[in-house]
Amino acid sequence: MLREGQVRIPSGCAISGMIDKSGRRFCGEDIIKSIAVMHDRSNGLGGGFAAYGIYPQYKDYYALHVFFDSTAVRRDCEAFFERHFDIINLSKIPTRKMKEITDEPYIWRYFVTPLPSKLTDSQLDEREFVARCVFRVNTQYDGAYVFSSGKNMGVFKAVGFPEDVGRFYRLEEYEGWCFTAHGRYPTNTPGWWGGAHPFALLDYAVVHNGEISSYDANRRAIEMYGYKCTLQTDTEVITYIVDYLHRKKGLTLPEISSVIAAPFWQTIQRMPQAERETLEYLRVMFAPQLITGPFSILVGHEGGLMALNDRLKLRSMVVGEQGNMTYIASEEAAIRVIAPQLESVWAPKGGEPVIVEVEHGN
Amino acid sequence: MGINWIYPEHEVVRNRDRCINCRVCERQCANEVHEYLSEHDKMVCDDAKCVNCHRCVSLCPTRALKIIPSGNTYRPNSNWTNRTINELYRQADTGGVLLSSMGCPQRYPVYFEKILLNASQVTNPSIDPLREPMESKVSLGARPRDIQRDENGRMINNLPPQISLSMPVMFSAMSYGSISYNAHESLARAAQELGILYNTGEGGLHEDFYEYGANTIVQVASGRFGVHSAYLNSGAAIEIKMGQGAKPGIGGHLPGTKIVGDISRTRMIPEGSDAISPAPHHDIYSIEDLRQLVYSLKTVTGHKKPVIVKIAAVHNVTAIASGIARSGADIIAIDGFRGGSGATPTRIRDNVGIPIELALASVDQRLRDEGIRDNVSIIVGGSIRSSADVVKAVALGADCVYIGTSALMALGCHLCRSCHAGKCNWGIATQEPQLTRRLNPDIGHRRLVNLMNAWRHEIKEMMGGMGINSIESLKGNRSMLRGIGLNEKELEILGIRHAGE
Repeated sequence: MLREGQVRIPSGCAISGMIDKSGRRFCGEDIIKSIAVMHDRSNGLGGGFAAYGIYPQYKDYYALHVFFDSTAVRRDCEAFFERHFDIINLSKIPTRKMKEITDEPYIWRYFVTPLPSKLTDSQLDEREFVARCVFRVNTQYDGAYVFSSGKNMGVFKAVGFPEDVGRFYRLEEYEGWCFTAHGRYPTNTPGWWGGAHPFALLDYAVVHNGEISSYDANRRAIEMYGYKCTLQTDTEVITYIVDYLHRKKGLTLPEISSVIAAPFWQTIQRMPQAERETLEYLRVMFAPQLITGPFSILVGHEGGLMALNDRLKLRSMVVGEQGNMTYIASEEAAIRVIAPQLESVWAPKGGEPVIVEVEHGN
Repeated sequence: MGINWIYPEHEVVRNRDRCINCRVCERQCANEVHEYLSEHDKMVCDDAKCVNCHRCVSLCPTRALKIIPSGNTYRPNSNWTNRTINELYRQADTGGVLLSSMGCPQRYPVYFEKILLNASQVTNPSIDPLREPMESKVSLGARPRDIQRDENGRMINNLPPQISLSMPVMFSAMSYGSISYNAHESLARAAQELGILYNTGEGGLHEDFYEYGANTIVQVASGRFGVHSAYLNSGAAIEIKMGQGAKPGIGGHLPGTKIVGDISRTRMIPEGSDAISPAPHHDIYSIEDLRQLVYSLKTVTGHKKPVIVKIAAVHNVTAIASGIARSGADIIAIDGFRGGSGATPTRIRDNVGIPIELALASVDQRLRDEGIRDNVSIIVGGSIRSSADVVKAVALGADCVYIGTSALMALGCHLCRSCHAGKCNWGIATQEPQLTRRLNPDIGHRRLVNLMNAWRHEIKEMMGGMGINSIESLKGNRSMLRGIGLNEKELEILGIRHAGE
């Protein structure tokens, strides 16, 4: 059986996310409860979480979460890390033994910062340097896989049902201002932990429900800009597109949503001139980054959370608000289980982003 | 005169029960195949003159005529085929270079026929183009690396000049001279109505057609016929013709007999003089020279028109394309070895160049590998015969396709491959007034519009089946393609997997 990355595996899914825009940190228990409601949208072949604000004591360091197949590759990989980074702290990620989760790899966490001399020599900015190191490990160290590489955030994922994955990683012991979750229904049995979602690069972590029809157009375009799609999943390529447009090209989140879920030309033609010109420009300039086919995505990043549906809204996605909290999930039930009373609840239109910015400093 | 060793290829079959001796066939045939014998009240014909253009067949009111292969054969020989033998006899007779017209008809692989398209089932929905928007609009031109913003943070439109098309198909270069005034008018009007572009070819632009400038690509070829500042500024884009798929490596020759009246004036050469396009551009002997011409043309047009460089698909097409993508050109047009021509040496047409599918796949991938795919758009031509070919070309990586032969067929061309004789009975590839007036531009342009509208519907159906609602998301989307009956190397070059994988 081919591993994820050697073959493209479509999958259906459940997603859920919650964010406190005040920056107040809350316990990871709620996100487990929420995703558990949508048990039937997963099939036990992948689940995972992204959590923001969980490492305040190391918030200035990149938290690398890594799967290793063997101790030998861990040693090689650590030598690579030591050549490129100052490692402030390293440890196994705490887990709980449970019968639902088996065949776990070695799961390690490193808090690092680039070595100043290496960074200067590379002529790259710090984040690009880190991203390239992540690509190096994931493409050149067989049996090592960096699945989380942001600051003050972390991804936790495994093969299993998402609620079991959450308990396995003891997510209830973490506190953060934003959590996202993913339950996977792949149409194949990859059985590899790296293939579970969220997919993350730096502080961008994406959970996605759908199967995009533009995949290979998007992949071949983004690979020209130095990205390597090692997993062949939609989520991976979407993450790279968001990273490319946001970090490298400096587009705002609303602009990004106008690229990847672009309004139809016929809609653009009816808009006022200034808006029309901007959208026409974005569609031509970033045509290869248009994503078609069904998707609902949650993009977590250091500034907050964005939810977006494909332009035809071919996947369900519901938003609820209560106080400072915003909840987004594939099904309303996954929100109501946490917050039975909501001030507002709605289903965003296709291509209409829901952007929540977090106020930091709390 | 010696004995003619060659038996006619076609036989004109007349059903005498149906024939009413109306003599339409006789009047319609510029090749003088048919003749009425009044003393016998009977139509007769000379098969040897027949080119199988089907003009008489189409116009016979009683369907009394059909053209069939004559069936005469030499002693069967797998090595020495009838065609090979006849061509040898013809050359022994005349001592001349064999001439042909239209694209290569030989039995080389047609890769489009060995590629199958995908469709959605269960895991994602197909999209019904009758119920949902389905976008076929494309923009051709270079894309800059970075965005720029003004002091208020508004994005500045820093895109170089673009061509905007309602669908990824354009009419390829066919010069005024090689085809008739009415054919040009049909193409220009159809392009305008469709929101696409046609291409003047290398013969300049007739003054009557400047009004279609927004839908015109003006060509600059090695003969530089009809090139002047107003011409260059009249179109939506400029194409430098470096090569043609039907005759890579050689130039062109329009005989003086066709350089008459308006054609002479449009080409800016004396009446009756041969219009000879040299094999190379004599100011371009290397890639750095091309760059100078690209920038000369941009300077003349105030950097407002995209520049296309058209090349024939030859063995090192990837390296050539890579050089062009760094030359300042905005668009590369690649013409496959099956591309058409009004006249080309048979041996060149049938033996030089490579299939467009392979050239396209290699060039698209090479430009991506080098990180310069955004520098240029890619147009491909060289036998795009249907909407399925368009979809496959776009999925392989083309931004747009050129059609020449398909467009002429909409106007009446029956692929008799005798354009070089100048006696086109359909009024397309001829300058004889009694023939050109047979092509009515009102009808011709309508048939072109019909053809493109039909293709557009089909393209949308195929896209919708794949769950794709914008042509942009089909572009280079090779996972939508699978090969059938291709070997590993062919699949590798095309960058696709085999059916079943």
